[in-house]
Amino acid sequence: MNVKDLLFKPILSNNPIALAVLGVCSALAVTVQLQNVIVMCGAVTFVAAFANMGVSIIRNHVPGSVRIIVQMTIIATLVIIAEQFLKAYMFDQWKTMAVYVGLIITNCIVMGRTEAFGMKNGPVASFLDGIGNGLGYSFVLIIVGFFRELFGSGKLFGITVFELTNDGGWYQSNGLMLLPPSAFFLIGFIIWALRTNDPSQVEDSN
Amino acid sequence: MSKKGNETVKTITVAGLLCLVCSIIVSSVVVTLRPQQAINADLDMKKNILMSAGMLKDGDDINAVFATLEPVIIDFNTGDIVDLESEENKAKFADFDQVAASKDPAQSINIPADKDIAGLGMRSNYAKAYVKKDESGSVDTVILSHWGKGLWSTMYGFVALGSDANTIKGFAYYAQGETPGLGGEVDNPKWKAQWIGKKLFNEAGEVVFKVAKGVASGESQVDGISGATITTNGVTSSMKYWFGEHGYGKFLAKLKAGEI
Repeated sequence: MNVKDLLFKPILSNNPIALAVLGVCSALAVTVQLQNVIVMCGAVTFVAAFANMGVSIIRNHVPGSVRIIVQMTIIATLVIIAEQFLKAYMFDQWKTMAVYVGLIITNCIVMGRTEAFGMKNGPVASFLDGIGNGLGYSFVLIIVGFFRELFGSGKLFGITVFELTNDGGWYQSNGLMLLPPSAFFLIGFIIWALRTNDPSQVEDSN
Repeated sequence: MSKKGNETVKTITVAGLLCLVCSIIVSSVVVTLRPQQAINADLDMKKNILMSAGMLKDGDDINAVFATLEPVIIDFNTGDIVDLESEENKAKFADFDQVAASKDPAQSINIPADKDIAGLGMRSNYAKAYVKKDESGSVDTVILSHWGKGLWSTMYGFVALGSDANTIKGFAYYAQGETPGLGGEVDNPKWKAQWIGKKLFNEAGEVVFKVAKGVASGESQVDGISGATITTNGVTSSMKYWFGEHGYGKFLAKLKAGEI
């Protein structure tokens, strides 16, 4: 078990969004504001790490026929916990992203890791793998969120950087950046950059 | 027992145990955090009410400012304020929630189709409002709740009116799911600031307030929002409904006449 590989490989060389193209749905939905991005990343990393660990602990007792639903139950439990904590301690964030927190249940990264890694490896390695993939997810989301908030609303973390023409400034906001499809373009650019940098990530063409 | 039977038993045992453990975890988390969540929800609603009336400044204590308001229950059918001194009414309206009541057939009426300008379907028999009185005890501001459909979502908000029952003192939505940057601009502070001082009614007592298409003219219009025609039409029609005769009309008439 190589801790460094488990934690940091999923950021650049084995990124769940850029290489496996998983978890794109929420990367589109919550990246309008960086503040939401950070909360979402924290929640996904928490769920991925503990779900992976939980699945790993009981992996030898889970009958193959029901393993998916068992993983789902563990994930759903953790998502509810994360959501309840947000509601209690970060109410404003919870209000703006309520549905999307619940939708972490369907985030392919979480279940992808429990099925691919947690079912085959020990609890500690699985926990680190969950954190690593959470970080990889966060890496892409933060980049996307940075560009969307900056060019879409002229702000970073809600603090005005470019004064919008609406408010009497000089910057005409880019409306596309406020809409989910812009995240597609940004993720496309990130994948392009990563694969140009490391050609081994490029899939074989048929 | 056959091997297959054993497997089935094991599957059911594992699934059962897992569900039990997970449900215990979930319910204990929910129960432990509930009081904190209730405090948040309550504080958030107070904040929304105060912000819509422009009564909240940065750094103010929400609970302290809110204490200057008096919650009242308005009877839509008579336009009167319900007497909350009596024990019966006190109990009846202790947890009154206007939005929830409007979805409960026992506490609401169907809006006749020709009056249902805002497409709401049902309206509760009572409304919960907030009144701020001046030093002499007469009404200074009333804060009324309203909602209506935009493009994607139902937009919920409050409007604050002056004692003439006509001049808008503040407006805000506290929940809406319109497109950010387009319909979502109903939350833009600059746009909301335009509402202040506008008149809801004309001299004949009709609701003439509307969101203009383009630039506003006159004392009963605010500027339109580009790219948000459906959202702003929704705003206009919900104002027409709520401040019309079927909505707060009777109450406002009494307020204007000084009967309240």
